[in-house]
Amino acid sequence: MGFPHPIHAGETPVLSTHFGDPAARTFDGWSERGGYAALRTALGMAPEAIVDEVKASGLRGRGGAGFPTGLKWSFMPKDTSRPHYLCCNADESEPGTFKDREILRWTPHALIEGCAIAALAIRAEMTYIYIRGEYTEPHRILQDAVAEAYAAGALGADAFGSGKRLEMVVHRGAGAYICGEETAMMNSIEGRRGNPRIKPPFPAVAGLFGMPTTINNVETLAAVPHIITRGASWYSSLCLGNPKSTGTKLISVCGHVQRPGTYEITLGFPMRDLIFDLCGGMRPGRTLKAVIPGGSSVPIMTPAEVDGCATDYEGIAAAGSLLGSGGMIVMDDSTDLVYQVMRLARFYAHESCAQCTNCREGTAWTTRILERILRGEGKESDLALLMDLADNMTGKTICVLSDSCATPVVSGIQKFRADFDAYLTGAAAPVAVGA
Amino acid sequence: MSIEATEAHQPVFVGAIRDRLETLQQSYPTRMALLLPALWMVQEERGWISDSSVHEVAAVLDLTPAYVRGVLTFYTMYHQHPVGRHFIQVCTTSPCNICGAEDVVAAVLAESGCGELGTTSPDGRFTVIEVECLGACGFATPMLIDDDFIESVTPDLVPALLARYP
Amino acid sequence: MTDELVSVTVDGAVVQVPRGITIIEAAKHAGVLVPHYCYHPSLSSPAVCRMCLVHVEKMPKLVPACVTPVADGQVISVHAPAARKAREGVLEFLLINHPLDCPICDQAGECELQDFVFQEGQARTRYSEYAKRYNPVEDFGPDVLYVPNRCILCTRCVRFMEEMAEAPVLAVAERGDRAYIAIDPHHQLDHPWSGNVVDLCPVGSLVSRDFLHRARAWELDKSASICPGCTQGCNITIETRDEAVVRLRPRPNLEVNRHFMCDTGRLDYRWMNHGDRAEAPLVRDGDRLVAADWDAVVARLHLLVHDTTGPVVVLASGRASSESLGWLMRMLEARSTIAAMKVPIGDEAPLAGVPGLALRPERAANLAGGLMVGVRDAWADAIARVGSAGLVILHDVDLNDAEAAAIAGAGTLVHFATATDDRLPRADLILPVTMMAEEQGVYVNRDYRAQRYLPARTAPGMARPAWWAASRVWQRAGSERTVPTTTSEAFAALPAFGGLTHRDLGYGGRILDPAVVSR
Repeated sequence: MGFPHPIHAGETPVLSTHFGDPAARTFDGWSERGGYAALRTALGMAPEAIVDEVKASGLRGRGGAGFPTGLKWSFMPKDTSRPHYLCCNADESEPGTFKDREILRWTPHALIEGCAIAALAIRAEMTYIYIRGEYTEPHRILQDAVAEAYAAGALGADAFGSGKRLEMVVHRGAGAYICGEETAMMNSIEGRRGNPRIKPPFPAVAGLFGMPTTINNVETLAAVPHIITRGASWYSSLCLGNPKSTGTKLISVCGHVQRPGTYEITLGFPMRDLIFDLCGGMRPGRTLKAVIPGGSSVPIMTPAEVDGCATDYEGIAAAGSLLGSGGMIVMDDSTDLVYQVMRLARFYAHESCAQCTNCREGTAWTTRILERILRGEGKESDLALLMDLADNMTGKTICVLSDSCATPVVSGIQKFRADFDAYLTGAAAPVAVGA
Repeated sequence: MSIEATEAHQPVFVGAIRDRLETLQQSYPTRMALLLPALWMVQEERGWISDSSVHEVAAVLDLTPAYVRGVLTFYTMYHQHPVGRHFIQVCTTSPCNICGAEDVVAAVLAESGCGELGTTSPDGRFTVIEVECLGACGFATPMLIDDDFIESVTPDLVPALLARYP
Repeated sequence: MTDELVSVTVDGAVVQVPRGITIIEAAKHAGVLVPHYCYHPSLSSPAVCRMCLVHVEKMPKLVPACVTPVADGQVISVHAPAARKAREGVLEFLLINHPLDCPICDQAGECELQDFVFQEGQARTRYSEYAKRYNPVEDFGPDVLYVPNRCILCTRCVRFMEEMAEAPVLAVAERGDRAYIAIDPHHQLDHPWSGNVVDLCPVGSLVSRDFLHRARAWELDKSASICPGCTQGCNITIETRDEAVVRLRPRPNLEVNRHFMCDTGRLDYRWMNHGDRAEAPLVRDGDRLVAADWDAVVARLHLLVHDTTGPVVVLASGRASSESLGWLMRMLEARSTIAAMKVPIGDEAPLAGVPGLALRPERAANLAGGLMVGVRDAWADAIARVGSAGLVILHDVDLNDAEAAAIAGAGTLVHFATATDDRLPRADLILPVTMMAEEQGVYVNRDYRAQRYLPARTAPGMARPAWWAASRVWQRAGSERTVPTTTSEAFAALPAFGGLTHRDLGYGGRILDPAVVSR
C-alpha cells in the first residue's frame, strides 16, 4: 500500500501533507504533527464561534453539493432538549472518486478531530461515521484510530478533561451507492433499506432517529481543524479563481493519465495543468478525448471545455459541468464513449434503490437501449428516445440518482455524437453486451 | 420451506458474539439500528446469511423476518447464498473499465476456475463477481479478495495473487 | 391541521380548503383527481410512484401532490403540459415491465393503471427491448396471490401490513428493477385483516383467490351496504353478478372502518346466495303446510297474535333490520313478550393501526338496534321459555340442533323465514322474508351509529321484508291505523328512533343517543 506520488510543486498540501506517512496514522504521531491542537482550542470555544469561523473560511461541502458548511451547521437548533447527531459521510462511492479513502487510511485522526469539532459546533454528543463496506482497509484503520482517541481521552464522556461529551461510532455500510445520499445514509444507520427520504423535513429538523442531524463529507470535516488552527482568513485566502471557492480541494484523478492519484489543489487551479502537469498528461501517443470532472454524475467535458477551465465550483459550472465530488475521470482518444456511458448507466441501474418509478425503470431501460446500440442494433430514433427518457428521469424523483444516470447520457450524446453515430451507421464493430 | 430451516439452527448470537452485539447497543438509541452490524456478524461467523439466520436476527432484534430480508437484499455485500472459500470482487465500473478491468475479470475467471461470474469454482475455492465502483479508481483495477483490498491488479499479476489464497 | 381555510387555485378553479392539507386532497375539493398510485389517504405517503407530480406556480420543479401541503394563494395546475408529460413518462416506465394480460387479469376494468393510461398515457410504447421481467405467481396466504409481473411497487400493501395491521410480513426486497414484494417464506399473509391488501393494490398484482376469475369488473353490480358480520358495522359494497353475490368490499367511512374490512366479514357472503329459499307464504292445514297469499297469512297471524294466550317469545337474528325488529315488537305491543337476539360470540380481531376498529366478538350487526326496540341480548333465557310460551315467533335465525329441538316442541310457532327448516315441521305459519342483501334497512352499531344498507339483489318469490308483514298484522288490530309503505317510513314510524328518516342518517350514518330516543 503505497501513496503513489511525491507532492508536486503545483499542489497545495494541507489535508494531504501527511499522506503516505504511516507514522501520521497513530494518535501520538498525529499529535506530534500538530494534531488535536485544534480540538483543544475548539473545546474552549462557544459553538457559535466555531460556526462563525467556518462560515468566514468559505468552506463548502466537499461531497458534491458544495453547500457552505458553516451555514449548514447554523441550521441546527440551538436548544438541546433533543439529542443532536453528526453523521460523517465516508460512503465514498461516486465512480471516479477516491479522495476520502486517502484521508481515511493515512490521516484518520484528522477526520476524528474534524468530526469532534463539528460535533461541538452543532451541539452533538454522538457522531456516526458511515463508511462504505468495501473500504475494508480504511475501516480497520479508522476503527483503530477511534479506539486510540478514546484511550487518549480525546473522545469520551469528558473529552480532554473539558467536561464535554464526544462519542464516535464507525458504522459500516454493506454495498449500496445510494447510502452516500444523506437521507439514505440516515435510513441505513437506523437499520433500514437505504432509501432516500422526502425533504422536507430536512435533517437539521428531523434527521437521524428523527433528531436534528448534520451530515458532512470526510474531506469537509478533515479541513475543519486546519481552519480552527490557522484561521478563517488563512483558509479563505487560498483561492485562485472565484472568491466563492476558497481553500484546497482533493481531486482524485483516474483513467488515462500517466500519474493517476489524489492531488490537492487550491481551488481555481487550471484544470488543464492538473491533467497535463500534475498528472503527467496522456499516455504516449494519446490525446485527451473527454473529462468527467466531478464524479460520474456530472456532465462530460470536451477538451475544448477543459482548456481555460478553473477547477472550482463556479469555473467548472461555467464550462458546462460541475466540480461535484472532485473525482475526475480522464479519457483519451482510445475511449468508446458509448460503451462508457452504457457502463455508467448500468452502474446507476444497479444502484437504484427501487423507490421512484422513473429511476427504477428508467435507469434499466436506458442501459438496455445503450447495450442494444452497442450490439449494432440501434436505430436513429434511439438517440431522441434516450434524450426524452433522460428528460423524464431528471428533476422528477426523490433524490438525484435518476438525474445522475441521465446526465452522462445527455452530455455524451450532445458532445460525442460521432461515437453514437458510428454504431448507428455500422461504422463501429458491434460489441457483445447485454441481452 | 427451505432446506436450512428444517435443520436445527445453530444460533450465532450466543456467548461472546451476543455480548458484542449488546455492547454495540450502547452506541445506538434503537434496537433496529443494530441490523446492519448484526448481519455483518452473521456473515463473519457463517460466511453467508441463511434463512434461519434471518429468523434469528429478526428474533434477536425484535423485527420480522420479512423486514430483515428486505434490508438484507438491499445491500449487495451480504451473501444470500453460500460462496466459495474466497470471495473475489473485481471492480468494472467506467474508470477501471477504461483501464482494462474486463481483462482482469477474464484472467481471474480463468485462473480461479470459476469460468463464469457469480459461480463458485468446482473445488469450492473461489467465487468471483463483478462489483460496481470500489472507490479506488486511481488504482485500477482494484479488487477485494475476502477482506483484502488489492490495488492496481493487471492480468499478469492474477496467478500469483490467487496463489496466496489456498 | 386547523379549521383555518386557505384559498388555492386548481386548474383554474378557486377553492377554499383547510390549511395544511396536501395538494392531492385540495384538488378533490376542486373536483380534480390527481392521478396517483402510492398515495392512499389511510396510509403514510412515500411519494415514490411519482405519478402525482403537478405544476405549482413559482416552484422550480414539479411537486408531488401527495406530500406537498397547500399554501394560501397557490396556483396549482394538474394538467399543465409539463405535469402531463411527467405522468406520461411515469406511465410509460410502469408499462415497460407490465404484462398486457388484462384479458385474464381480475383487476381489468377497475385497474388504476388501465384507467390512467387510458386517460393520459401514450397509445403505443417505445419499449422495444427484449423480454419483460418475469417472476412466477406466489401464494402469499389463504386468500392472497401475488403476481409480481404486474406489480408497480407502490408499496401500499407493505405499508398496510406495517402501519395498519402492525404485522410487517411484507417487504420490498432487492433493488432497482429487480425489486419485488417479498413475504417471509415461513409466514403467510393470514392476518385477520390482510385481505385489504387486495383492495389497496392499484393493479392486479395482489388478487383474491376467492374471487379469482369469478367475474369481470364491468359485469358487477355494486350496492352500498353494511357488513352483517359483527357489531362494528363496517361500511361495505355488495357486488353481484347475475343476482349472485360474488364479493364484499369495504366502502370508505372514516368514522367507522376507514377504508377497510376484516377477512371474516369479507369472505362470509355465501349464505346470501343460499338456493333453498322460502318463496311463498305457507299456512298450516291439518298436518301439512299449504301455500297461501299474503293477505291470508297476515290475517292468520293477526288471529294468532290475538287468540293465543301466555307469553310470546321472539327469537331474532342479529342480521334483522331495525325496521323488522321494531315492527315485530310493535305487532306484539299488546302481548307480554320476551324477545331475544342470537348473538354468536367469536374472537376479537382489532386492526391495530385504526383505533376503534375491530372484528367484534359479538357477531350480530344489529345488536344495538335490537336493544333500542326491546329485543334483548338474552338468548338462553328466551330459549328456556319457549316451552311455556303461547306463541313463538322465529325470525330468520340460525339454530343449533338443541335450540331447534326446543322450538320444535313449542305451542304455536310462526316462522319469518328466508329458508324453511326441516327440524321445525310443526310451524303454524311460514312467512317468506327478505335477507339483508335483498332489502333496505338500518343497522345500529356498537357506538349507536345508525347506518343504512341498500338492496343488492332482488328477493326470491313472494318474499317481503318482515317489517312489512308485521306492520300489516299490527294494522288489523285497530281501525285507524296507517302503515308505512317504504322502509324509510317504517323506520320513521318507530318511536325508538325519534322520528328520524333514512335521509336523516346520511351517507355516513348518524350516532343515535339511545337515552334520548328510546324512553
